[in-house]
Amino acid sequence: MRHGRLPLILCFLLPPLAIYGIFVLSPYLQAFQISTTDWLGYSAQADQVGLANFRTLLHDGYVWNALKNNAILLVVVPVVTIALGLFFASMLTMGGRKGRAGVTGVRGTAVYRLVYFFPQVLSVVIIALLWKEIYSPTSGLLNGALRAVGLASPPAWLGDPRFAFWCVLAVMVWSNVGFYVVLFGAAMQAIPRDIYEAVLLDGASRATMLRKITIPLLWDTIQVAWIYLAIAALDGFILVQLMTNGGPNFSSDVIGLRMYDTSFGSENKFGYASAIGVAMFFLTLSVAVLALRTARRDRIEYS
Amino acid sequence: MTTVETGTPTAAVPRDAAPADRPPRRETGVANVFSHGFLLLWAAMTILPLAWMLLSSLKSNGEIIADPWGLPEALRFDNWARAWTNAHIGRFFFNSLVVVTGSLTLTMLLGATAAYVFARYEFRGRQVVYYLFVGGMMFPVFLALVPLFFVVRSVGLLGTWPGLILVYTAYSLPFTVFFLTAFFRTLPTSVAEAAMIDGCGHFRLFFRVMLPMARPGLISVGIFNFLSHWNQFLLPQVLIPGDGPNRMLAQGLSSLAVSQGYAGDYAQLFAGLTIAVLPVLVVYVAFQRQIQAGLTAGQLK
Repeated sequence: MRHGRLPLILCFLLPPLAIYGIFVLSPYLQAFQISTTDWLGYSAQADQVGLANFRTLLHDGYVWNALKNNAILLVVVPVVTIALGLFFASMLTMGGRKGRAGVTGVRGTAVYRLVYFFPQVLSVVIIALLWKEIYSPTSGLLNGALRAVGLASPPAWLGDPRFAFWCVLAVMVWSNVGFYVVLFGAAMQAIPRDIYEAVLLDGASRATMLRKITIPLLWDTIQVAWIYLAIAALDGFILVQLMTNGGPNFSSDVIGLRMYDTSFGSENKFGYASAIGVAMFFLTLSVAVLALRTARRDRIEYS
Repeated sequence: MTTVETGTPTAAVPRDAAPADRPPRRETGVANVFSHGFLLLWAAMTILPLAWMLLSSLKSNGEIIADPWGLPEALRFDNWARAWTNAHIGRFFFNSLVVVTGSLTLTMLLGATAAYVFARYEFRGRQVVYYLFVGGMMFPVFLALVPLFFVVRSVGLLGTWPGLILVYTAYSLPFTVFFLTAFFRTLPTSVAEAAMIDGCGHFRLFFRVMLPMARPGLISVGIFNFLSHWNQFLLPQVLIPGDGPNRMLAQGLSSLAVSQGYAGDYAQLFAGLTIAVLPVLVVYVAFQRQIQAGLTAGQLK
């Protein structure tokens, strides 16, 4: 039986490990090393500068400005997306007419799911470019509607530093909600119906049911959703780059765009960009750990 | 897009669960109108942008600027032709298709083989190698971006499809292996043992017995990987620099948007976007159940 065992392990394990080592592991390790140099890109010249990049980082107003926006995204996007997701999912799984059929969804649940989920399969590039046109001051869908209801001079949205960032944030929520409707919906399906029916017989309202039964039972899923949305919010790079490129006047800048611009955009400061990357890595990691810690509750198993 | 009606999942709920003599509730009617209103509103907010994109792709530039909400006077499919040939959307589409076919095949093959070894074979250091491998999921791609550019350049694959295919594969492997290892562990060992007793070799066992048994898991993670490769923008942006003809669809669309800013050809941009969306829409409607299941399973790791 042992014959042919070792060849299989080697054959099956070495190619993936090689690819992983070359293209994933080694760049990550190099990133930490590059972040301590003053490497300016395409020349080989790079000197060790220790933690100087990180010190510069601490006093870089542009980085802090971008981080502030990421912090807003980090709080607002998960809260709004999860709230909307839970609301729609509970409507779809148990918002239906009660009385004769127990707890069911509204009519057309499958159609709603089909529609809501669709933005999730679209490329972020398509979403960004489409919404950029929707927000367009003259030819956009949004201002077309606003003018139609009598607003003479609607705002320029992405061209206005007061709104640009929030416009991008709204798109982020728009593209994510459907996914969480389906995710929460699937988790809600797993909750035994008789729990709801018992609570309904006890005279609980729909809101109480959501707050006291559904959310506690869905806590694990919500926690995962929160981590994913938080990580997505720390990124947000593609949407911002394509919709506003961080503008106007850096009002919608995010840390990912800072890093991209510093390395492949207006500058080629690879050492400094890697330092931003390393800082982002620790930030992402702490957000994930924090989310897991603060959200920890006892797992409830249905038996 | 609402023509495909699949069985409502809630239909599985036992209908006889509620007592028939329960008094009707008065809140229900109001709440239903209210909640249905919100559901419809969100559905409209999802459909409207896409419908607008489709309509605008058939209008003239003058019509688009004059009245964003107006209907086209004539259906101008020449916008589509322009986007397809002048803006090379057709070629970029083909490029993406080739690269994703390659990267998906490679990811699934290498992912399944590695996962199988991790799940079914004991050897020294297995745990360490496994966690080293799967730990890659934790890192943001951003961190690797700068060194990755130089790694790919130094192996001579910068600006090439094989380079992109290898990189896509490398970054998808951690999750694929994680997911499939868990899946292979759930498969019964008795079938494998029976096959071995019948004289089936290790390699044959994998390709003829285990791989077919793992089909549901392979499909889930395959859909997940397909979408993430197809929608990739950051990696091609860095690894296929410049504006050559071998770029990916996402890059082509974004440069189409940039040139639209100068040329004012809105219709061409909308046509390009529509061409990019339509195949995704068709595949999505056809396989929506598998796609939703695959993606949600992907997130709940």
